[in-house]
Amino acid sequence: MSAFERIKVMVGGDPQKPAVFTPEAREIHDLKRMSKADFEAMKQHARDHRLVTHKWRNRRWVVLLLSNLLFTFSFWLDIQLLEGSLTASRFVGFHLIDLNSALQVMLAHKHIIVNLFIGTATVFVLWAALGGRSFCSWVCPYHLVAEWFEWLHLKLAEKKLVSDHEFHRGARTVFWLLFSILALVSGYTVFETVSPTGILSRALIYGPSLALGWVFLLLVFEVVYSRRAWCRYVCPIGLTYGMVGAVSPLRIQYRLENCFHEGDCRKVCLVPHVLDVVIKGRAADKHVPIGPDCTRCGLCIDVCPSGALVYDIKGLSKLM
Amino acid sequence: MKDQDQISAAVQPDGDVAPAAAKKGGKRPVAPVRKEAARRKFIRSVALAGGVVGLAMLGYVPVADARKSRLRPPGALEEHDFLSSCIKCGQCVQVCPVAAIRLDDIDHGFGIGVPYIDARMQACDFSCDAVQCILACPTGSLTYKKPEFVKTRAGMKLAHAPVLKAKEKDAEPTLNLKERIGVARLSRPDACLAVQGKAFKGPARGSDFKGRMRYMDVDRWKPIAVRDHPYERDICDLCVSECPIKDAIKMEETVGADGLKRYRPAVLEQCVGCGVCEMICPADPAAIVIDERKAWEAA
Repeated sequence: MSAFERIKVMVGGDPQKPAVFTPEAREIHDLKRMSKADFEAMKQHARDHRLVTHKWRNRRWVVLLLSNLLFTFSFWLDIQLLEGSLTASRFVGFHLIDLNSALQVMLAHKHIIVNLFIGTATVFVLWAALGGRSFCSWVCPYHLVAEWFEWLHLKLAEKKLVSDHEFHRGARTVFWLLFSILALVSGYTVFETVSPTGILSRALIYGPSLALGWVFLLLVFEVVYSRRAWCRYVCPIGLTYGMVGAVSPLRIQYRLENCFHEGDCRKVCLVPHVLDVVIKGRAADKHVPIGPDCTRCGLCIDVCPSGALVYDIKGLSKLM
Repeated sequence: MKDQDQISAAVQPDGDVAPAAAKKGGKRPVAPVRKEAARRKFIRSVALAGGVVGLAMLGYVPVADARKSRLRPPGALEEHDFLSSCIKCGQCVQVCPVAAIRLDDIDHGFGIGVPYIDARMQACDFSCDAVQCILACPTGSLTYKKPEFVKTRAGMKLAHAPVLKAKEKDAEPTLNLKERIGVARLSRPDACLAVQGKAFKGPARGSDFKGRMRYMDVDRWKPIAVRDHPYERDICDLCVSECPIKDAIKMEETVGADGLKRYRPAVLEQCVGCGVCEMICPADPAAIVIDERKAWEAA
């Protein structure tokens, strides 16, 4: 899949089956046409040796909590290490500005001062290197809270008390455009009014607000009606970082030779369309990078019993 | 999940077949059930878009009718430009030594996360000496010098740079502030102790008031609670004596019809609208208040 096609999937397109397969991929696909009994036995073997691990999830939660609490303690203890909130801050004096907030302000105000430019450029380079949407799963406080409520949704869904209603993934692209146009036309940063990321970040630093009620309503909506709806179908921050991460060297890589096509990864994934490649017969190459909509959260790595998904830095494996 | 499993079962892991299957897949007629599901999904998605954007636009309501206009921190652009340029990060809140700056909540619509000052609770007394909030602002919402294209309002420009009383003996006694954020007004002269010719003794706002101020005779760099600094005045003149800006307010003496001396605080042209007079006024509610974004007018 070309980079262009991966971006197409991110903005809402359906993943397509590849037209051309590399010889290695074809060989592996052919090798997997063993007898059903053989295949089942191998699967069973992998399952038996499965390690139930939460390694990456735990690391991620620690990073997410620490980076958010660093804001809080920096202010409370007045140590001036990380001043501001997630929308804009200064880390030991260096300006850092959230890309989507910067976009909203630039479109609404139509004037860019030097500090705004520096902070935006710094964050752009930072997340281009670190994987774009890794901001979502490793930093965004709403992601963490939504993850906890997702657990509740899945429990209730298991008991058939609720069910997941999917929306069209293209909706997020429409939201991105709408909020950009609204900022440009109205001259207000309209998205910031409803952004749970900004609301939660400010609440963690400056104390609780009425706006937390809105965040709670969103979470209830996600529990009873649509799993992870905000992150999947609405949040323009995710798309902004996704576009930045499209060129990132840090991504998750799929290894066809290790995969039993059991689909556990797709069940835990926030954005399962990026894992279309793990479906039997879909991988065009032996190793396939996962698309830019992936938040690099590592849940799939934790859940895969056979190590078919790994963190990868483009070019580094060749060097080593 | 279920339909994807079906797809994966249908496609054999054979490189030769896959492209043909993909081509056929595009033309394959769609089952009515699938069509109906897709239609519902589309309608749901449109409803979601309408719902979220509609809720976001509710932010217009408090802005449009501006029930509560706000006193903004020093150096703020005009209200519309201020709301559009503010990135809602609160860095101004963090640098203020007296915590005069607070952030608005969602009931202020597009003003959510935007800084304001409630002068009666905690005024800006410039104890930072350098208008730190302006220095901290990353987007130029608070600025020393407004860019050419933004709206300005007549009467907001100060005649000359305000002299900070605390810095009067320094080499550079002025504040880098070109415009006022509002202007003080004696709103309830009848309640004013000076107008009544009354004395004042004790903590200005009672013993449970949390506001703080910098007192040069206590510590230049450490503001203390107002309640820990009681006053004793024969005629109350706190708004004049505690005003941090030189030549911003004075006590006018007149002679009444009965031949007795009368007093009345008079706001002068150098008033920047910081709100210290409103905070310190012992009358309740305050006899002197700040009118935000108002120009000074000769009485």
